[in-house]
Amino acid sequence: MIINHPLLGPRDSSEFVYMGDASLIERPDPEAETAASDFVEYAYLRDNPASWLRELWFHEGGDRSWLVVTRNTVTHEISQVEMARDVARSKGRSK
Amino acid sequence: MSQVNRLDGGQIDRAASFKFKFDGKDFFGHPGDTLASALLANGVRLMGRSFKYHRPRGPLTAGSEEPNALVTLRDGARAEPNTRATTAELFHGLTARSQNCWPSVKFDMMAVNDAASDFLAAGFYYKTFMWPAPFWEKVYEPIIRRAAGLGALSMKEDPDEYDKGFRHCDLLIIGAGPSGLMAALSAGRAGKEVILADEDFALGGRLLSERLEIGGASALDWTAQTVAELSSMPNVRLMPRTTIIGAFDHGIYGAVERVSDHLAVPAKGKPRQILWRIYADKTLLCAGATERPIAFENNDRPGIMLASAMRSYVNRWAATPAHRVAIFTSCDDGHRTAADLHAKGVKIAAVIDTRAQAPQSFDYEVLAGAEVSNTKGRLGLTFVEVKLADGSSRTVECSALGMSGGWNPNVHLTCHQRGRPAWDSVLSAFVPGGSLPQGMSVAGAAMGDFTTHGALLSGAKGAADALGIKTADVPMAEDAPPKQAAFWFVEGAKRAWLDQQNDVTVKDVVLAHQEGFRSVEHLKRYTTLGMATDQGKTSNMGGLAIMAELAGKAIPEVGTTIFRPPYTPVAIGALAGRMRGMEFHPTRLTPSHVWAKERGAVFVEVGNWLRAQWFPIAGETHWRQSVDREVAQTRASVGVCDCTTLGKIDVQGADAAHFLNKLYCNPFAKLAVGKVRYGLMLREDGIAMDDGTAARLAEDHFVVTTTTAKAGPVYQHMEFVRQCLMPDADVQLISTTEAWAQYAVAGPNSRALLQKIVDPEFDISNEAFEFMACANITVCGGLRARLFRISFSGEMAFEIAVPSRYGDALMRRLMAAGEEFDVVPYGTEALGVMRIEKGHAAGNELNGTTTANNLGMGRMVSKKKDSIGTVLSERAGLNEEDALKLVGVKPLNRAEKITAGGHLMAAASPVDAAHDQGYVTSAAYSPEVGSMIGLAFIKSGDARMGEKMRLVSPLTKSEVEVEVTSAHFVDPEGGRQRA
Amino acid sequence: MRYSGFKVIKEALSGHKGWKPAWREPDPKPHYDVVIIGGGGHGLATAHYLAKVYGQKNIAVIEKGWIGGGNVGRNTTIIRSNYLLDGNEPFYEFSLKLWEGLEQDLNYNAMVSQRGIMNLIHSDAQRDAFVRRGNAMMLNGADAEYLDEAQIRREYPFLKFDDQRFPIKGGLAQRRGGTVRHDAVAWGYARSADSHGVDIIQNCEVTGFRIEGGVCKGVETSRGFIGAGKVGCAVAGNSSRVMAMAGMRLPIESHVLQAFVSEGLKPVLPGVITFGAGHFYVSQSDKGGLVFGGDLDGYNSYAQRGNLPVVEDVCEGGMAIMPMIGRARLLRMWGGIMDMSMDGSPYIDRTHIEGLYFNGGWCYGGFKATPASGYTFAHLLAKDAPHETATAYRLDRFKTGHMIDEKGMGNQPNLH
Repeated sequence: MIINHPLLGPRDSSEFVYMGDASLIERPDPEAETAASDFVEYAYLRDNPASWLRELWFHEGGDRSWLVVTRNTVTHEISQVEMARDVARSKGRSK
Repeated sequence: MSQVNRLDGGQIDRAASFKFKFDGKDFFGHPGDTLASALLANGVRLMGRSFKYHRPRGPLTAGSEEPNALVTLRDGARAEPNTRATTAELFHGLTARSQNCWPSVKFDMMAVNDAASDFLAAGFYYKTFMWPAPFWEKVYEPIIRRAAGLGALSMKEDPDEYDKGFRHCDLLIIGAGPSGLMAALSAGRAGKEVILADEDFALGGRLLSERLEIGGASALDWTAQTVAELSSMPNVRLMPRTTIIGAFDHGIYGAVERVSDHLAVPAKGKPRQILWRIYADKTLLCAGATERPIAFENNDRPGIMLASAMRSYVNRWAATPAHRVAIFTSCDDGHRTAADLHAKGVKIAAVIDTRAQAPQSFDYEVLAGAEVSNTKGRLGLTFVEVKLADGSSRTVECSALGMSGGWNPNVHLTCHQRGRPAWDSVLSAFVPGGSLPQGMSVAGAAMGDFTTHGALLSGAKGAADALGIKTADVPMAEDAPPKQAAFWFVEGAKRAWLDQQNDVTVKDVVLAHQEGFRSVEHLKRYTTLGMATDQGKTSNMGGLAIMAELAGKAIPEVGTTIFRPPYTPVAIGALAGRMRGMEFHPTRLTPSHVWAKERGAVFVEVGNWLRAQWFPIAGETHWRQSVDREVAQTRASVGVCDCTTLGKIDVQGADAAHFLNKLYCNPFAKLAVGKVRYGLMLREDGIAMDDGTAARLAEDHFVVTTTTAKAGPVYQHMEFVRQCLMPDADVQLISTTEAWAQYAVAGPNSRALLQKIVDPEFDISNEAFEFMACANITVCGGLRARLFRISFSGEMAFEIAVPSRYGDALMRRLMAAGEEFDVVPYGTEALGVMRIEKGHAAGNELNGTTTANNLGMGRMVSKKKDSIGTVLSERAGLNEEDALKLVGVKPLNRAEKITAGGHLMAAASPVDAAHDQGYVTSAAYSPEVGSMIGLAFIKSGDARMGEKMRLVSPLTKSEVEVEVTSAHFVDPEGGRQRA
Repeated sequence: MRYSGFKVIKEALSGHKGWKPAWREPDPKPHYDVVIIGGGGHGLATAHYLAKVYGQKNIAVIEKGWIGGGNVGRNTTIIRSNYLLDGNEPFYEFSLKLWEGLEQDLNYNAMVSQRGIMNLIHSDAQRDAFVRRGNAMMLNGADAEYLDEAQIRREYPFLKFDDQRFPIKGGLAQRRGGTVRHDAVAWGYARSADSHGVDIIQNCEVTGFRIEGGVCKGVETSRGFIGAGKVGCAVAGNSSRVMAMAGMRLPIESHVLQAFVSEGLKPVLPGVITFGAGHFYVSQSDKGGLVFGGDLDGYNSYAQRGNLPVVEDVCEGGMAIMPMIGRARLLRMWGGIMDMSMDGSPYIDRTHIEGLYFNGGWCYGGFKATPASGYTFAHLLAKDAPHETATAYRLDRFKTGHMIDEKGMGNQPNLH
């Protein structure tokens, strides 16, 4: 596969390490009353769609960016690649 | 002249002769020959035996779709089983042997299977061999297994090298027949970067096998001119002998270039083959088509082949399979073969055409509306029986028979992703359809364009459409509309072969249908149709057609045949490339590796690193002697250990402390500058991930260490936390594992030794530089260094780091300066012994299932802050009352062995899983304790000090009585490290 | 119809006219006591044991395509019970015992071949871990054997010992491990289930669950509604897709695992061999092909195909440990979709919806588990309580913190 890195252009996917669903960015609030079950859901439950999935790839053999790649799990087509950091900010993680 | 079947002409170099050996007999051929063409020229039709019935077989085809003519090529370690004689280029000195036969290909004992074929029908083995039960493995299976396989491995290491490479292009053209050549011309002339790959050693595809004209000249001349023009273009790369094996995601293609297979041995320094990964913006598949055989009774005898293959042998290689040949056809193409053979002086015994309206000929007899009903000739065809249109029978004497059942487009690569081919009812064939791999389009016969002109035109257009360029001028060529009707099998045929290699006949398909194995997948799996080395290139369609007939359905309703990579089988060596032997993985060496080697160190693989395991000295005959000495000398005076391989991560920025506080489960926010703290990192699931230290060199600067094994994963995790969870924190990370050489200097004289090399302005006395202190310093007169007062051994100890390029020099300096203290270098074994003596956890304890609680560090987990893993670490299952706790064990009898991996049982309990109390993680001989000791996880271990238990290891047949102790065997109060 | 050597001979002599379809092709009835979704190895095995052992009468297996077309038909055919943890080992040992009697139980020769499995050891830490595992196996009543380097050299002289980047230091063997003709497992269970009255309904895709008041009443399918007293889902690879129709999110990701077979070769490998310092394991089929595999591609996928980097990685492992295979050719590669669970171990459990039961999360260990998975799932469906060897496979174990993590890789499925 080829991942079009927002900063570095198209790179072979073998330069990257895969982690999984980009929902891992949305770490629950540990102070919430429901934290115990929120964290179980966060850490263990997955939508696992047979279609488009936003997922985390780490450019280990490159600039060490975490990327959010929107990829179709059936066709492997990639529609969008973003810096995970930007996505994290957009999810309100900058506080 | 032994080449009894050699004709005039052809594209072989008669000026040179190659001597070669087949089954021990010498033959001659010419450059340009394949092994199959040379054998045919020499009058050899019989080349192998089939898999199941050991039927005598000759080539069915003249290409890579060959199911029959498989030989073992070359000898010794280069022996290459199952090589297709039809694609093996002849070279001088070639040797080949027939396979799957004993004692010889002409007289094969196992041919008895053929006589017993009624008992060996499809799937017979699923229904028998079940009684008595032990007989399957003891009696039946060994017999079946002995019969398995075709060729044999040499059992020796492959002596050849393989390479890998990467190529990029605007347009990858797969196949250099008329459409591929025309596409390359168009794209090449437009200045595009083009790769034109073809599996054959000569470019031209079918044009090499035909008597055709293009643009008024012979097709061969046009081909030669075109190839010459393409060769002259710097933007066009011609890759003959290169098979595109697979279409992978996003326009990536695998290609195998056979660099040296046409040579006796590869030239010095050259690989046998190269695996290319080709990144193609666009791809044009011009893979041509494969002729379809016809299923009739005994259609597998040597001498029976595809008519188009015959044409190739006669036109291209000037080799005829026989001097008297018949053709069995259902379409006009068979007549083309007859005409070509006739023109070359081969006697055409008859053309048997299934159609009532067959074209007639003045040159030979045409039997219209006729069918071949049977054939004869045990080791080679002698005559065929023909059922004539009027129902009567006659025999036609012939030593070869060409079959022509129409053509199937080579759609294989279009199916490598999600593509399913579409049914073309005009051609009665599957053509590319559905969603093709990204960037791929198809031209020529592969698209069902079966005329030469059509192929040229669609090649030019295919390139133009793909690249947005204009088409090159397309020359005139043969443009007769293709006529092919579906004719798959002769009615009533039973032992009529579909898959010749695996011996799947019409009868087997009938049986599969009868037993309910009716979908394509069931049919293939039950009968093994299409599972042979040719992957059903000539057989799948026939099987499908018969199943459709039996089911009373149209072919596309029964299913489609799809294809997986590789297009043709690939040497495993080529896929591995150079990553084998000592090059299997890169080897990481520390800066003082050369020094350690000079000292005679024994090295051990730690991940990709090589580390000194121990340093034997004269007189030591057992590793324990060396290790015990290293431990003793370190504890008595001073030892030095290379710990460069530990992961080192520089953490800088105003939020660095805040960041580490999030990462480690214990607090870091208030760590003072100039101090080091042990840190335990949890995964988000609350399990210990790794441990190490973090040293605060400045308010905004920490140096974090990780274990050797986890350096990569921890760094990745830290970047995840930084970028994904704390995107705006002011913190930067960089791995500096390779930037610093680091040494542990341990033992009561460690300070004295270091004082000799640390520059005098730095006070490292216990008062100025106490336990867990750290500082940037200089050594040896101004060399920058980092000094950490941390101890893994339990002794007074330091770790000193210098830039990598000074590692070797520092080690030598430490050894020289330490002479007066009798300094000893110690390796990973002694390191391990001392850490076990101290009860420090390492990889065996941090095994990915243990918690801080298990490790006896439960109280370290700060409840006052949030860090990764704290929430989930509180789950009940991780905090049960009888949770495993890290303790020590030692044998009651000092002489007995503690086995790492042994399990612990209470003194009087039964020995079984239900009574398992825990297990030993690490074990070593402790010179200090005077016996072996171990670290163990034991249920409620911390409450069982002094308990006598049994350490059992049924695997290594040992049972030892042990006592549960503290994990801290040496200096439990920690006085030594604070000294 | 009973299969036997005698029957084969009789049929051979009479033109094979007497063979009957291996299973019927019934139309779905409006209601069954138990509907099993998924005509793969596990679903068919569940039906077989439900009917034969638990005496249930009114059972259907519904399959969206053709039976045996999923992972039971696309794996590397290995059976073994060399597990470390108490949550797993008794289950897999139970499975191995069922394999040992499978042919007689099914009257179908699935060619269970206990040629042994050998895990090579390349480091001291690996040895410690394998000794612990071997002991755990033996304490659970399974067989295990430790071999030192000299023994490995004797038994496997064709491995690469010299100039070996990661020298072979020993091995953990399970002699009762081996291989099975994978397709025949599906067919054998199907034929047996059918003979016990189970309706096997092919080309019948589940399109939804009918859930009323928290109770599952049946399934909507491409062939209409099928009512059910209980519904068991055994569709590993597609578990998330199917269970999403019941509104459930699962602790599962779908990943692609590639596998490979070489051209047929005369027999050379005695059993299964696993390289401990690279991604490569291999056995040789009764037809002669080297059947081998390695690691997951690593990314979520439902595509049943992989990419070149992993193909190369696996072949590198092969050439590193067994360089005699360099000139053997890789014939075919394929990919299966793995239900990768969050701790590497499966689920066999009730769901919060009454009447709906789940079996999945088999990672890449589903094939060897087929008999026990079927047996214990049948037990759960019949008795509403877990079988004694499958008590740990609960869906709520992450909530309670009772993970069964053989590899210690945590909640990242692609690392298991």
